[in-house]
Formats: sequence, structure tokens, C-alpha cells
Amino acid sequence: MAAPDVSSAAGAVDLDRSVIAPGHSSESMTAKISSVVFGKTPPWMYLVFAVSFSLVMVMNLAIARLLFVGTGIWGLNVPVAWGFAIINLVWWIGIGHAGTLISAILLLLNQRWRTSINRFAEAMTLFAVACAVMFPLLHTGRPWLAAYWLLPYPNTMGIWPNFRSPLIWDVFAISTYGTVSLLFWFTGLVPDLATLRDRTRNPLLKIIFGVLSMGWRGSARHWHNYESAYLLLAGLSTPLVVSVHSVISFDFSVSQLPGGHATIFPPYFVAGAVFAGFAMVMLVAIPVRKAFGLEDFITSRHLQNMAKLTLVTGMIVVYGYAMEFFFAWYSGNPYEIFAIIENRPAGNYALAWWSLIFCNFLAIQPLWFKKVRQTPWMLWIISLIVSVGMWLERFVIVVISLSRDFLPSSWDMYRGTVWDWALYLGTIGFFFSLMFLFVRFVPMIAMFEMRHLLPEGEVAHEES
Amino acid sequence: MSRLNVIDDRPSPPDATGEPAGGSQLDELRRRLAGRRGARYWRSLEELAGAPGFRELLRREFPRFAAEWEAGLDRRRFLQLSSAALALAGLTGCSKQPPEAIVPYVRQPEEIIPGRPLYFATATTRAGYASPLLAESHLGRPTKLEGNPEHPASLGATDLYAQAAVLDLYDPDRLQAVTHRGRIRTWGAFVDELSSRRAALAALEGEGLAILTGRITSPSLGAQLARLRQEMPKARWYRYEAAAGLTHAAAVAAFGEPVETRYELRQADVVLAVESDFATEGPGAVRYARDLMSRRRIDDQRPAMNRLYCVESMPSATGTLADHRLALKPSDVERFVLALAARLGVEGAATPPAFEHGGWVEAVAADLEAHRGRSLVIAGEHLEVATQVLIHGINAVLGNAGTTVLYSDPVAVEPSDPLADLGALVAAMRAGEVETLIVLGANPVYDAPADLEVAAAMQSVPLRVFLGQRIDETGELCHWQIPEAHELERWGDARAYDGTITFSQPLITPLYDGKSPSEVLAVLLGDATVPARELLRRHYRELDDRAWRRALHDGFLAGSALPPRPVTLKSAALSAAAADLAGRAAEGLELSFRPDPTVFDGRFANNGWLQECPKPLTKLTWDNALLMSPRTARELGLGDLVRDDEQQRGAPRVRLAAGERSLDLPVWVVPGHADGCLTLHLGYGRRRAGRVGDGCGVDANALRTSTAPWHVAGVAVTPLAGRYLLASTQSHHSMEGRDLVREASLDAYRADPHVFDHGHHGPGDVSLMDQHGDFPPGRHQWGMTIDLGACTGCNACIVACQAENNIPVVGKDQVARGREMHWIRVDRYFQGDDADHVTAVLHQPVLCMQCEQAPCEVVCPVAATVHSDEGLNDMVYNRCVGTRYCSNNCPYKVRRFNFLLYADFETPQLKLGRNPDVTVRSRGVMEKCTYCVQRINEARITAKREGRLIRDGEVTTACQQVCPTQAITFGNVADPQSAVSRAKEGPRNYRLLEELGTRPRTTYLARLRNPNPALEPAGADHHQEGHG
Repeated sequence: MAAPDVSSAAGAVDLDRSVIAPGHSSESMTAKISSVVFGKTPPWMYLVFAVSFSLVMVMNLAIARLLFVGTGIWGLNVPVAWGFAIINLVWWIGIGHAGTLISAILLLLNQRWRTSINRFAEAMTLFAVACAVMFPLLHTGRPWLAAYWLLPYPNTMGIWPNFRSPLIWDVFAISTYGTVSLLFWFTGLVPDLATLRDRTRNPLLKIIFGVLSMGWRGSARHWHNYESAYLLLAGLSTPLVVSVHSVISFDFSVSQLPGGHATIFPPYFVAGAVFAGFAMVMLVAIPVRKAFGLEDFITSRHLQNMAKLTLVTGMIVVYGYAMEFFFAWYSGNPYEIFAIIENRPAGNYALAWWSLIFCNFLAIQPLWFKKVRQTPWMLWIISLIVSVGMWLERFVIVVISLSRDFLPSSWDMYRGTVWDWALYLGTIGFFFSLMFLFVRFVPMIAMFEMRHLLPEGEVAHEES
Repeated sequence: MSRLNVIDDRPSPPDATGEPAGGSQLDELRRRLAGRRGARYWRSLEELAGAPGFRELLRREFPRFAAEWEAGLDRRRFLQLSSAALALAGLTGCSKQPPEAIVPYVRQPEEIIPGRPLYFATATTRAGYASPLLAESHLGRPTKLEGNPEHPASLGATDLYAQAAVLDLYDPDRLQAVTHRGRIRTWGAFVDELSSRRAALAALEGEGLAILTGRITSPSLGAQLARLRQEMPKARWYRYEAAAGLTHAAAVAAFGEPVETRYELRQADVVLAVESDFATEGPGAVRYARDLMSRRRIDDQRPAMNRLYCVESMPSATGTLADHRLALKPSDVERFVLALAARLGVEGAATPPAFEHGGWVEAVAADLEAHRGRSLVIAGEHLEVATQVLIHGINAVLGNAGTTVLYSDPVAVEPSDPLADLGALVAAMRAGEVETLIVLGANPVYDAPADLEVAAAMQSVPLRVFLGQRIDETGELCHWQIPEAHELERWGDARAYDGTITFSQPLITPLYDGKSPSEVLAVLLGDATVPARELLRRHYRELDDRAWRRALHDGFLAGSALPPRPVTLKSAALSAAAADLAGRAAEGLELSFRPDPTVFDGRFANNGWLQECPKPLTKLTWDNALLMSPRTARELGLGDLVRDDEQQRGAPRVRLAAGERSLDLPVWVVPGHADGCLTLHLGYGRRRAGRVGDGCGVDANALRTSTAPWHVAGVAVTPLAGRYLLASTQSHHSMEGRDLVREASLDAYRADPHVFDHGHHGPGDVSLMDQHGDFPPGRHQWGMTIDLGACTGCNACIVACQAENNIPVVGKDQVARGREMHWIRVDRYFQGDDADHVTAVLHQPVLCMQCEQAPCEVVCPVAATVHSDEGLNDMVYNRCVGTRYCSNNCPYKVRRFNFLLYADFETPQLKLGRNPDVTVRSRGVMEKCTYCVQRINEARITAKREGRLIRDGEVTTACQQVCPTQAITFGNVADPQSAVSRAKEGPRNYRLLEELGTRPRTTYLARLRNPNPALEPAGADHHQEGHG
């Protein structure tokens, strides 16, 4: 078990090492974090919320048009029958992974620096899953039927879903993931909701927070149950970090399409998901910590740790790319060789592939340097590039493979239409709208857990 | 407030003395209502409700209700009346009921069992020649046409045009009423008008009467026209057939009489086709394709295979079949024919100056000479007269006349040179000599060369009458527009390519009271009251009733083919032709015009099936384009156009100038096209075709002149800015070195029958999974083979499948997005070192392979595609939610998705034409071929009732049935004796992408070529090198 850097909190100011800035007491920290919830909405927030909410309206429009007119409004065709919707699904699910990893695996590994970002990352997971889950449903030709025919339930038709289909596995994987993520996030929120209940003066909020905090009084018994539940949920979530994206990757690796039909896909997808997830956490956390003055709690140490994880997972992904080439060559399968070795770097979408290599390989190399890891704006730009890169990765896997499959007679090109983009950008707006509501109305940092990190908390913690 | 306020606009009540006046008003009313039926009748009543005469009628007929009508209504009464009106509207308003009483059949019509189709022999015509058919009729609605198996011109197959005729019948854009100067009139009114003219015309001996038709082969129409000119000797009959080439002129030049040339391909060992697409185009194509292929299938009994050479500028479907294909620009084709004629000793022919032909003249000449009397040279009908004359000469020298080339009396009635005939009409119209012009199914305003200016000439004719199925460019200039009955709606006769008299009988009452040309002519002959059937029967009065019924049942008059007869070739004509060719010096870029391979001369422009049918070589849909070789495109400064993303980028536009005329149009490159020449297809740029055909493509007629209708030299091409979207269904040209179409030369095959398997290491039948290879006894297991050597790429299967399976038309935009819906497609690959050196073009029809280990089935999350116990990969449309995973995982990409609501659920006419046995698919549903499972099921019902298995050949799929070359074999693979099992046993059988282990039930028979060793050194069997 890695030794927590507790000493630094009390001693010299080493912002690189500390997970909480010095000089904070339990009171000041709670006040600081809850002030975001209780304070007035800052004017800039109205502006950014307006932008993201407009995108939600765009999303609604795109969905309405999709339902009324059909999937034909997208750029899909035969052979490229999957496009933006599946790319976005995988992208969003991947983004969610950092949250789960932070809250579950790092918790189990007792990585206590995770505390100040876990709530935030979990919320991101939840909202990313909310965005992701739209796509597999909407991408079907008849979503009104897909919505329940994909679920296994005894029915008068006397027919079950086809359990051999990876899409059915997706249904289980994503719904489990969504449910566990929601429970985990909410369970972690309960003590803080109680704090808010206690601190608010608004009677309506008191009732709302009161209901949501489920009668939390902070008794030892509560804490005991809470800790057990939280640990159990963490245990439940841990396999999900690996399983969800593995299952998603089966959509490609189970099919026999060259370019997706590879055994490396599950680990490669999981690494990619964590990679994308940390990039997204940084992408959101860096401006938020600045805007709300939370640099004391989301410190440089957090950013540096996340940057390291980004680099590690990024290099695993790059290894995956290399292995795809190796497998293709080693297999001797002409279709694989064509799809990966010939067509990706020099084929119809070579630009997308080279952009991917730039984003996911070259752009993360500066993270080897401490200076870069310590500079938030650099991290933010790299995170942005990585987010684009991970989207491109799914584009490469889905679109390039489909557009150049077995029979050259069927080869065709795919291009997203304005409605493809509208739905994609719309979900980004949806995600940020939810993020803003979350930041504004719920403590974005787990106050009670942060208390453990304070010098006085440390003592209590160590003694306990 | 018991009274309802109504706006009182009643006229003052008629006075009591108005009785007689009222009576005359009533007559007026009756007169106004006469001839109106259905919805218009009711509208007329409403219109008439305000008329005084109507109120008077009401008062006298229904005194009680007249009071109600006139007095204001109280609320209660109003409600009573309106509810009664609603109830009545509900009873009668839903559909147009037949005028007969609605009671169950007292006597069931013979043989009509709802749910079981009936088949009738009938025919359609194209450019005058009959396509003999069997029409499938469901409760009085023709839904599908098959070839007439007993007719020599069909033998059960058809071309794609005949397959699409059903859609023409139900075309909602058809002319639906007689109109006169834009107002709807009745047929009776037209008959009155024309009958009154008739007397005047008869007095003038028909002076000023001109009748314009297309080519007519119908003996009965011919007799009518002859009688007409007997009665009115000064009446003129003109014939114009836009796509007809120069065959007639060549025959007249060579023989001094318009003899018909036809070919006996079964007798030919060596065939040379010169600019001729004889296997897919022309009246005899269906039969020719069959006969050609009958000599290319080899087995122990018939080990010899014919050899086909093609010399052509634009690759044709026939050219893709050829053992050797030589691409030459049109002027070089002429030189080639001259050189060949000189080499073979045709009178007067002298060797032309040297040109690049790769030793072809000597090699082909030697081969032809070695097969005297069993060789055949076929001239394309658009070749210049002199070239065609020389080819007649070559056939004569080779002793082919009478063996492989048969000459007979002309099939058409009074054949003429179409452009000369039309020119004469235009001259007569300009001179004011035409008082009455009757156009029967011709459209010269659109399809005549631009220099004739037919439209302007027509304006000077005082009375213009048009009979046509749609108001076209010619129709809109006419005063009277008479709806023409579709050939499936009318009685008629026509001759097939060999002269066999073929009958068409109506399958359905004319949907819009259409009339046939013979009915219009009957009016001029004073036979207006004679029913159409009687008109036809009268012509065949020498047949007794039994023979007549037999002829109608068979669809043709047996033994009525025109017998071959000897002809004398004029030696002067040969010398003149040779001198003509020798004296030619074409310079500059050459341009050829050809009828389009799907919309023909433009007459099918409003047929969505044909518009969306990919053209055999270019795979273009919905458009024509300026076709040229990749090298020519580069030389013209258009860049490298052999790229996959051309479609997305749009085709470059150019201005094509010939003389002072010019045309802006897009360019499409065709690997294998001869360099230095261009090809442009007719049939596009229709201004008035209907909602499907309007505005598609460009009108090539604008560049044509009556002096050079098919070939112009010295055209100029200037690149224009901007690009034009062309919708092609296949953008990639090469097989990428993949082992998709296998082929070998005959010699290699003889040396080693397993030559096709060399270098291929498929898993064979070895499988770790459950073995499907041993079929349980007493079951059917369906399978298919497609003989790649026999596929001409004619597209008939595509249209047949579309008709059989209710496949929607999606439109150009959707095709350009890659969403065409055809369940069967014909893949085309160019073979050769690169796009400039194409040695062969390969066709491969691809439909659902019905894999035994189907990749699509595993991945469907809702089990909407499942395997039947007969080996079919079934689609459950109403279970499909449209994840499209199955399509992604299908290595053959044969699945088609309804991205939008493609099927037309609204247009009532189109509903009539659908196959009632096949679901019409809605939006969001995947669909694909299931080996015409509805036909299997129908046969199964019959077989079960008779307690037996389905017999071999009892089920034919639509694509198999239509195929002119019988390339497709289908049947029960569990029966080792079935035709398909035997086909699969041969060494040519192979599975597409067999290394994937999908175990497809559809397999291919590798293509065999019979190359001439003189042109292809032995061992140079090129193995599918591709270019990108």
C-alpha cells in the first residue's frame, strides 16, 4: 500500500506533493466547497450554461428529426452502416471510465489523492453514460422497438433476444455500468447532502437535501454502514472498469471485419477508455478549479498524477496500435494486411489515421516533462487533443474498416452530415449542461472525505 | 335560437309558367352531367346546386325535400340530415365501387382463386419488336412479367426493359384523360371530331393527313394503315425510330432491298462483333445471348467452345464476354473492317494505311477463314452504312450467309430509313402540306436530331393529335392528347426479331380508358365502334376459333417466323463502300452516340426501376455522362479520374462542342474505352418525361444532326468550372488482387480441371462446428450456382428481382449516398495492369449467399435474421429493429437497409403493381435476398398437397427465370440429382471468400475463356492483377 503523503500537508508548502493546500481547517474547507452551492450563481456561468443548453436544444432537434425522418438523415450507407452514433457511443463510454477508475480502483488501492477529484469524476462518468446510452438506441432504425426488444423479458411473442449478439452484451454492460455508477455516485454523496441540508437556510432546499440525504445523521453506525457499502460498491465497480469497454470492443472484435477482428481489442479499448477519461477529467477540472478557486483542493499534484496516468494509458494505446500492425502482418491474412497496414496509413482516410497518430501518440509525449505536467494550460491543451484523438480512433476503427471490407465492389465512403454533427455536439452540450448543474447544485468535492485529508483529520484517521 | 343562420343566396323561386323552360334546363343539366363519372360527377352536382334548373328538378322529383332544401333548417333537422349525410358518405365515400350490384359471385369466374396468380401469354414491344411474355396476374392485376418459354425469341427469358414494363403500367404520371387544348374531354368528343374530319379528308383523298409512328411490326396495324392509304391515297405515313441505326440503309445499299438480317449463333464457331452489343441490345438479344452461351458451356458431349472477338470503342456488355476484345476508336474500327475485308478478299477492298491493332487483322482473319461457314461477323447497327455493307460482304466471302447469317423479308411493316422519313415529314410540315398530324407513340420533338427542329415545324400544323402514355415533349405540342393504353391493357400483335407474330392481350381494363393505336386508326377508318379485340380478330380471320384461341394461349402464332431467303449482294455496293471507307480521314476527337443501356432512347426515362438500374459498365444511375478512357481524360486536362472518391468529389464538367452546337455535361471515365474518342448515351435530358425522369442527365440529341446521327469527328472538349454529382453504385474498379472472380483459359482447364483452385487454400468442408454437409433425407436444402462465364451483365436480374420483391426506388441522391436497395447486384471489375491497360471486364452477380455459417445471424441482437431448416437465411422484417450489425458483418455486403421510408405507401397505382406475396418493407428495416422464398413456399404448398417433395426445377428464382443465358441454377442441394447439385460438382465450382468459413450456399462457376493462341501466347494466363 502506497504511503500517503500526509507529512507534507502539515509541513513545508509543496504544492506538487500536497493534495490539499495548507492552512485549511475542516470548517474553512467545508465553507469553501459548499459556497459554490450556496453562493450566487456567477454571471459567467449563465453564459456558459446558455451555450451548452443551446446545444441541448440542438440535440433535441436532431433527435426529433431522426425519429420523424429516419437514420437516413445521417451519412450512413452500405457498407458503412455504422458511423457517428457508434463512434460517439464508444467515445462517451470511454470518457466515463476515468471516473470509475478513480473512485473504485484508486479507492481500493488507497490512493487518497483521488478524494478531491473522485466526486467530480464520478459525475462525469454518470453524465457520459447518459450521453452514451442515447446513441445505441437512436442509431437503430426503429428505436421505439429497440428500446424494449433488446431487453430480455418474458413476452407474448415468445422470443428472447439473441444472446449471442455482442449488442445484447452491450445492453447488459452499459445498463450495469450506468446503474452501478449512479449508485456509487449517490452513495458517496449522501454524507455531503446531509451537510448541505444542515447548512442551508432555504427551507425548500432543506426539504430537498433532507430527502436526498436519506436521514443521514452521521452516527457511527451510519458511518460504519456507509463505509462498508461504499467499499462494496467500489468492489463491484472495479471489474466494470475492465468489463464495460471490453464488451464494447466485442462489437468489433467478434465481427469478422478486417480492422476490428483482433484479440487485442478488449485491453486496448480499456486502456483507451481510461486514457480518454483522464483527458476529459482534466479538460473539465482545470477550468472549473480556476473558476471556483478550488486550486487548494484540486492541486497540482492531482493534475500531475492524472497527467502521468494519461501518459501511461496513452502509451498502452499506442502499443495497441503497434500490435494491430504486427498482428495484421503476422496473420498473413490479406484482408487484415490491406485493412491495417496498407489502407490505414495510405488509404481513403489516411488523414484521419495520421491525425490519430498525432493526437494520441505525438501530442502526449510532452507529458514526459515535469514542466509540462505542472502547467495546467498545457495539460488542458493536451487533454483536448487527446479527446479529439480518441474520437478519431473510433472513427478509424468503425468507418475505415467498414468502408474497405472484403469485396472492393462495395467500397464506399462515409461522411457525417449536419445531423450527425448536430447530435454529437448536442450531446456534448448535454454533458456540459449536466456538469454545470452538478457543479452548481451539488458539492463537487467530497467534503467529508476531504476532512480526512486535513491535518486534524489525518490524526483522527490514523488513530482510528 | 332554434334556427340556424344560413347565408340565403337562393334565387327567387321560379314562376309557375316556367315548366317548359325547366324541362330544357334539365336537358342542359343532363347534357352537362353526361360523360362525367365518379368524383367529378359529385363535384358537378355541387357546382350545379346553385343552378335554377337543379332546384326545379329537385322540386319536381322530391317535393318533400325541396322544401327542406329551400327553407332554413332548424337545429334538429340539420343534425338529422347531416348525420344521414355522414352515414351515406361513410357508405359510399371510401372507394369507387364498380357499377354492378355488390353481391357475391353467382358464378365464380373460372380459375380465379384469390391468392393464386394466373398466367397469361402476352407481349410488350420495344422499338416495334415484340418481347414475348407470360404475365403473372393477381386478381386481375399484372404484377410480374416473365419470358414466354415457348416463344423462340424468349425461351423464357426477357431483357430488363420487359421486366420494367409493369412499373410503366402503374406509372402515376400517365396521361389519365383525353384532353383538348388543355381541357379534359371525352373519347367520344374526340371520335366526333375526328369522324367529322374523316369525311372532309376522304373528299380530299387524305391530302394533308400525316401519321407519325414508331417502327411498326404489327401486321394488323400495318393492314389498317394500308387500308387507310387505300381510302385516302394522299395520306402519308411516316415512321421514326430514334434508336434505330443504319441497318436499314445498309441493307438497302448492299442488297437493294430492306432485308432483315438475323444470326444463328448456335452454328457459329467464331464470332466477331464489330461495335455490336448483340448479346444485350437489339430485338434478338435475348435469344442471341442464349445461343451464344449454348456454345460456350462445355461438357463431355460438347467439348468445343466458340470464340468471341469484339472490336469496339465503348466497352459493351457483349465485349466483356469476349475472349478477345480490342478497343479502337470509331475511325479505326472502320479501318479494321476495311483491312479485314481486304485480307479476306472482299471485292474492291484495299488494305488501308497502317494503324495500331496489335496483329488483330491477321489473327482474326485467319480464325474466321479457318471456320468458313461456321463463323460470323456481326455489325453494330450504328456503324456507318459503308462499314455495314462491307461486313455483309465479309460474311458472304466467308460463306456464312445462309448458315450463321440469315436474311429474310423485313420484320417491320414497310421499313424505311427513320431519319429520311422524319426529314420528309418535317419538310412537309414546313411547307404547310400537313393539315392533320396524328402522332401515335412517337416523340420526335425530344428524340430527333436537333437540326430537324421538329417542334418548330409542328407548330405549323393546324390539327395535331397525340396518342401516348404520358404527355411528353411531342404530346405537349398537340391539341388532342389521347391516353394510350399500355400494352398490358390492350389487344395487339407484333413481330419478334425473327418475324414470329406475337399477341398481346389485355391483363387489366385500361386504368385511364387508354386507347391503342389501332383504335385511333379505326376512327379514321370509320370503325370507331368496333371493339379493339374485334379489330385484331378481324385481321386474323383466316384462323378458326380453335387456332385463334391456341395462338392467344401460346402468345404467338407458331411457325410465323419469316423464312430465310437468298439475297444477292451487289458487288458495286461493296466497291463503293470500300472506296468510301478508304477515302475517309477522320481527324480530331471522335464522338459516338448510343442508346442508353437502361432508359434506351429516352422512352423509359420515367421508369424508376430502369433509371436506378446501374448501367453495365459505368454503374451510373439516373444520369448520362460523357464517357471516355482514363488516358483521354488526362489528355484533355481533366486529371486522373480513376479514383474511388470521384463520386464524392463530383465529376468534372466540360463543354462538348460539335460544329456550332455545344453541350455542358459531366465526364465519367471507363477503363477499357478506346482512346481518342468519346461516347454519349441518348435518352437523358428529358424535359417532359414525368416526375421521375424530368431533368435527369443531358440531352445528347442537342448535338446530333440528321446527317451524322451516330458519329461525329472533330469535336472539342473544354473543361468547365464546377463539378457535377454522378450517382454510381460501384466506385472501385479493381479486385485488388483478391480472388473474387476466377477464370482460366480453355486450354489450361483442359490440362488441369482444377486450375481454378490453384493458389486458393479455402477450408473446404472441414469445420470444427456442426457439419451441415450431410443433409437429413427428405428435406429441401436450397442452393444456387452462378456461371460467371455466362453472365453478360445485362441487368435483367436486377430489374426482375426489383419487380418480384417489391424493392423500392430510392432516387439519385440516395444512390449517391450508397443506399441503393437492389437485392442482387452485378459487380464489375476491370482486369489489367492499370486503368489504361484493361484486358478484360468481369461481371459477378452478387446476391445473398445464404451462408450456412451466416455471420449476420450471430450478431443480430433481436434474432430478426435466422436460419431456416432448409438452409435459407431468413429475414423477419417485423422483428428487425435496424441495428445494421448484420450488414456490417456480412462479408458480401448484400444486405440493404431502409434508411428512410423508401417504399411508397401512398400512391394508389403503385400498390396495384406490388407482389402480394412479399412484404412491403418500412423504414428502419434491413432487407435482402431470400432466394424468392415466396416462390419456394408456393411450390411447397403444392408439393405438400400432393404428398411429395418439391421437384427439381419447380421453383425458379426471379433472377434465374429472367436470365437470358441461364447463368443461374437454383434448386435442392440435398438432392444429388438436381441440376444445382450437378453444377456444384464440377471443377469450376467455387465459393466466394470461402476462407472466411461462411459456407455460402450460393457458389460460382469460374469463367472460361477460349483465347486465340495467335493473340495470346500460351501461359500468359494473367491472374487477376489489379489496379487501384
